[in-house]
Amino acid sequence: MADSLHEEEVLGKAYDAHLMRRLLAYLRPYRQVVFFALIAIFLYGLLQAVPPYLMGLEIDRYLDPTKRHQIPQGLLHFLSANPRTGILQIAFAIFLPTVLLTFILQFAQTFAMQLVGQKVMYDLRKQVFEHLQRLQMSYFDRNPVGRLVTRVTTDIDVLNDMFASGVVAVFGDFFTLVSIMVVMLKLDWRLALLTFAVLPLIILATALFRKAVRESYRRIRLAIARINSYLQEHITGMSVLQLFNREERSYEEFQKINGAYLKAYKDSILAYGLFYPTVEFLGVLAIVIILYKGGDMIMGGTLTVGTAIAFIQYSQRFFRPIQDLSDKYNILQSAMASSERIFKVLDTPVLISDPARPQKPAAPRGPVEFRNVGFAYRDNHRVLENVSFTIEPGETVAVVGHTGAGKTTLTNLLLRFYDVQEGSILFDGVDIRELSLHELRSNFGIVLQDPFLFSGTITSNIRLGTEGISDEQVRDAARRVNMLDFIESLPGGFEEPVRERGATLSSGQKQLLSFARALAHDPKILILDEATSSVDPETEHMIREGLKRLLENRTSLVIAHRLSTIQNASKIIVMHKGRVREVGTHQELLRLKGIYFKLYQLQYKDQELLAPAEPAPGS
Amino acid sequence: MRNPLRPLFPYLAKYKKGYVVGFAALIITQLVGVTIPLVIKEAFDALTRGVTSQRLAFLALLLLGIALTKAFFQFWMRWILIGISRDVEYDLRNDLFKHLMRQDTRYYNEHRTGDLMAKLTNDLTAVRNIVGPGIMYSANTVVTGIVTIALMAHLDLHLTLLALAPLPLASIAVKFFGQRIHESFEKIQAMYSELTEKVRENLAGVRLVRSFRQEDPEMRQFDRMNQIYVEKNKRLIWITSFLWPALALLFAISFLLILVVGGEHVLSGKITIGTFAALNIYLMNLIWPIVALGWVTNIIQRGLASMGRLWTIFAVQPAINDRLAPEHPIQELNGEIEFRNLTFAYNGFPILKDINLHIPAGKTFAIVGATGSGKTTLAALVPRLFDAPEGAVLVDGVPVRHVPLRTLRSNIGFVPQETFLFSDSIRENIRFGVPGSSDSEVEHAAEVSNILPEILSFPKGFESMVGERGLTLSGGQKQRVAISRAIIRNPRILILDDALSSVDTYTEEKILRHLTEVMAGRTTILISHRVSTIRNADEIVVLHGGTIVERGSHEELLAMDGHYAELYNKQLIEESLEKEI
Ligand SMILES: Nc1ncnc2c1ncn2[C@@H]1O[C@H](COP(=O)(O)OP(=O)(O)OP(=O)(O)O)[C@@H](O)[C@H]1O
Ligand SMILES: Nc1ncnc2c1ncn2[C@@H]1O[C@H](COP(=O)(O)OP(=O)(O)OP(=O)(O)O)[C@@H](O)[C@H]1O
Ligand SMILES: [Mg+2]
Ligand SMILES: [Mg+2]
Repeated sequence: MADSLHEEEVLGKAYDAHLMRRLLAYLRPYRQVVFFALIAIFLYGLLQAVPPYLMGLEIDRYLDPTKRHQIPQGLLHFLSANPRTGILQIAFAIFLPTVLLTFILQFAQTFAMQLVGQKVMYDLRKQVFEHLQRLQMSYFDRNPVGRLVTRVTTDIDVLNDMFASGVVAVFGDFFTLVSIMVVMLKLDWRLALLTFAVLPLIILATALFRKAVRESYRRIRLAIARINSYLQEHITGMSVLQLFNREERSYEEFQKINGAYLKAYKDSILAYGLFYPTVEFLGVLAIVIILYKGGDMIMGGTLTVGTAIAFIQYSQRFFRPIQDLSDKYNILQSAMASSERIFKVLDTPVLISDPARPQKPAAPRGPVEFRNVGFAYRDNHRVLENVSFTIEPGETVAVVGHTGAGKTTLTNLLLRFYDVQEGSILFDGVDIRELSLHELRSNFGIVLQDPFLFSGTITSNIRLGTEGISDEQVRDAARRVNMLDFIESLPGGFEEPVRERGATLSSGQKQLLSFARALAHDPKILILDEATSSVDPETEHMIREGLKRLLENRTSLVIAHRLSTIQNASKIIVMHKGRVREVGTHQELLRLKGIYFKLYQLQYKDQELLAPAEPAPGS
Repeated sequence: MRNPLRPLFPYLAKYKKGYVVGFAALIITQLVGVTIPLVIKEAFDALTRGVTSQRLAFLALLLLGIALTKAFFQFWMRWILIGISRDVEYDLRNDLFKHLMRQDTRYYNEHRTGDLMAKLTNDLTAVRNIVGPGIMYSANTVVTGIVTIALMAHLDLHLTLLALAPLPLASIAVKFFGQRIHESFEKIQAMYSELTEKVRENLAGVRLVRSFRQEDPEMRQFDRMNQIYVEKNKRLIWITSFLWPALALLFAISFLLILVVGGEHVLSGKITIGTFAALNIYLMNLIWPIVALGWVTNIIQRGLASMGRLWTIFAVQPAINDRLAPEHPIQELNGEIEFRNLTFAYNGFPILKDINLHIPAGKTFAIVGATGSGKTTLAALVPRLFDAPEGAVLVDGVPVRHVPLRTLRSNIGFVPQETFLFSDSIRENIRFGVPGSSDSEVEHAAEVSNILPEILSFPKGFESMVGERGLTLSGGQKQRVAISRAIIRNPRILILDDALSSVDTYTEEKILRHLTEVMAGRTTILISHRVSTIRNADEIVVLHGGTIVERGSHEELLAMDGHYAELYNKQLIEESLEKEI
């Protein structure tokens, strides 16, 4: 039992070192600045040793009547014999320049490091965001938005402390420590060694403390991500929450998550609460040693009072950096906990990416061919099985079928949101996995089943960030989907603000805007996934008429439940439980009297008379 | 002057006892702490005079005792004072969330999710820093300052006054820079909110971003915001990296004065070397509180800036509330709905005009009409997602505002046009409407919406997790889970807002058949664009441009040969096609 615990601890340590090295690598681009800051802090550390020394010097040279101290020759020369002049010399010729220099160094160092900290965080934020732009869809199926937002924002912000006041300051404290230790040893090595006797105790305390806080920091990072996820989800779904009177329940849930965060912090406070006083106590212990032992030595005549006083001051200064160091250690711990998570995102492999040597089709238009495609989102649940069909250039192909049959999945695969597991999809005879993602997707314009709008304006939602779509084209696209009148009736026209997800538009309007967006991007192949399911038939009809010419030479793939939407398709594919069950024109399918026929009958009960009651064989 | 921290008082008041104990511990810690230099002074004075080692041992032990006592109280001080700040943070976050849950849809149209998220995490942390370290270190500074200065003055008043002469400068610097910190930090936080929202929206719309190859534009936009954020931070860096060293410098001046004037006093015999040493130690003890002053200023100003942002959440009172609910409100609803001279506008621009409609309890009622004609709006007024003018919407003859929200909503099963599911198991999503409902109730609800076989075909059945918003279900599956979620409440009023749009006609027919059974004797409002959905409704109204233009049964409306007939015809498959046969 104890063994396995130990193992984990060792593992953790090794991991820490690894993380640390990786984090420090982010300083590389700024190594000049860091180097400069290191020098500044080094000098700063040296200067820290000066004031107490001056104190002792003043006492021994001028104030102490017993005058038993040996002062270095150089200084003796320099310092006037007259106490009053001498004191002024010490104060203004040595002390003042020292503190001024200290000020400058401290400012330069802090500023430089905070700046570097900001730059590193900028780089990291950018890197994480850009990595997220490349990760495959299945990753987003598993990771709630709120969690990923936490990685890019809160988690990276935690690193600020580490870069701004951690990394370099650690060295600073170390220099201070060493320089003070050297001076102390020089002043009186016996007393110095006695003072250092408390060091092992401090190291022990730190080690114990580290163990305690480490876990709480991890829990804190976990909890904050959960808080963010919960908020993101419940704020966006607030109206559902309210409609179903879930306020109390949600409050309880939130309290629980919030409570986990509180608990993790409380644990770390407890550790801190014990740690700080311990270190301070050990500091006083050092003074006690100096007093007791040093007192003996003074009485024995082997130590001056000035040195003893200087020693006490040194020991105070000596414990500050130690306290600081342990403080920094915590900053590092907390940074480790969040960098662990940040790197986990960065280390997620991009499973769907450009091939090493992408093919470049000369003038791609299709055909698009699904060849024996099999696919499952999760390992054991087949969604598509042996799906084969071809969409010729210029054709309008419709896909119908029961809900959950796998229609949307077809488009997901075509755009390589997911990769097929069996068979292949060919574009212009080339496997789509051989094309660059950008190249592949540039051929398609899609209206997703769940329309998504960005907050911005009507124009920005049609155009997105695509360059080269003129205002005229935006307008034209809006006209084609019959939205022009509506948009112009808005106070802001095309510049009317659109809220998060288009909250102030009706669902049909959202679909139409998404439709306009696809048209404005002038794709070679148009994919409409239930693009007009929430649009009234009249508007839909008008759009269809208006698009007739536009779509004449264009390939399109239309998914719809309303059969009137797809009546003009050159080919209708009927999907059922992940398989292609029927393929043909409207008439052919009706004659089959299969799934399509049934769908048709249900939708057009009144129209049954018109349906081919007895299809002429062979026609 | 009004205390800017006042809004926090109610939160602090809850921990009054803790604060009393915590501050007591703090004061004791400091009082005990200042005696340490006194003992040291005693020792050195004795040493210069010559002393026994017994006396020295006594002093050493005394020192050790003092240090232990100090450590003890120091622990309690931290544990209590910092602990409270986390408690306050916890309380505040809960309260903020609770408050947010009372805000209506309009509020969420105007506020960005990312901004609210940033406020409940990042800004709240800044506020908690005031409550914890902010208060603790301020108190520390004050207590240490007063005690130390008093002791110093006791030792040598003249010298002390002189040494402290530079300190007023420190307070001026703190005030001046504090203001700048406040302003900068406000801007930083605002930018942080924007950054959060940017990332959030980008990830929420990931499919759109990918399919329209917006990765590069998105990265560019993010990069720009990222840069601005860093720029704004840089301004703050200037201030903070100047403030601390500057305070330390001021302090060093004091040290210099002691060195010179104190030395003079020793020479002239006014004070002993021991006093001189003690004064120095005291001054050293003042360093940390004074430098902490800069730190505390930073914390407090940041916290105040964030408090301003947080309290904008509390400042908005929920517009839709139970203000008008009478003392003895109705508990049960029958399901009769009436719109009386209803005119409704979102932002001054009327969407619904002069609607008069009576839906008797137990009837199935259908609404059709062009996109944007106001169907969803009309339906949303019943559960008060938006508030219609007083008295314009009634249930059971009572204005909806007089029915407690809870009663009203728990009698309504609402299936919104856009499906929103929570990232939980299918079972929990269906059970959402009635916590604690049994498994068989869940199954029954799934059966009504005809999704049961599908759920059972999933490897994990009802325990299958759906992604955020129901991401891992197909469009029609989502809608049907949403229908089950409404059905399981066994509501008096069921509203289906285009809730079958992603469902094939075969499935639709089955669902409608089940619904007529389940909803017998209850009110159903069906909104749809598909004639197949609504043709069997008791009454159909046609909305056009926000007014009712036609009403009647399917047959009556067809006979009218107006809007409805047109809509119907447009849905027929063109005859020409049929004739080809
Ligand atoms: N991201 C996903 N992860 C896991 N399973 C998924 C995911 N998306 C869809 N599925 C499952 O795959 C099956 C097919 O879904 P798909 O969205 O392709 O159906 P569809 O034919 O478009 O249906 P609808 O007409 O309802 O939109 C469904 O059973 C669904 O639950
Ligand atoms: N929250 C809102 N704030 C401002 N305007 C809104 C808001 N919601 C809807 N609107 C506007 O009100 C009008 C009616 O919208 P509503 O959603 O009621 O239409 P609908 O009949 O349900 O349309 P659809 O058939 O497309 O669902 C639309 O023009 C829409 O832009
Ligand atoms: Mg689909
Ligand atoms: Mg609607």
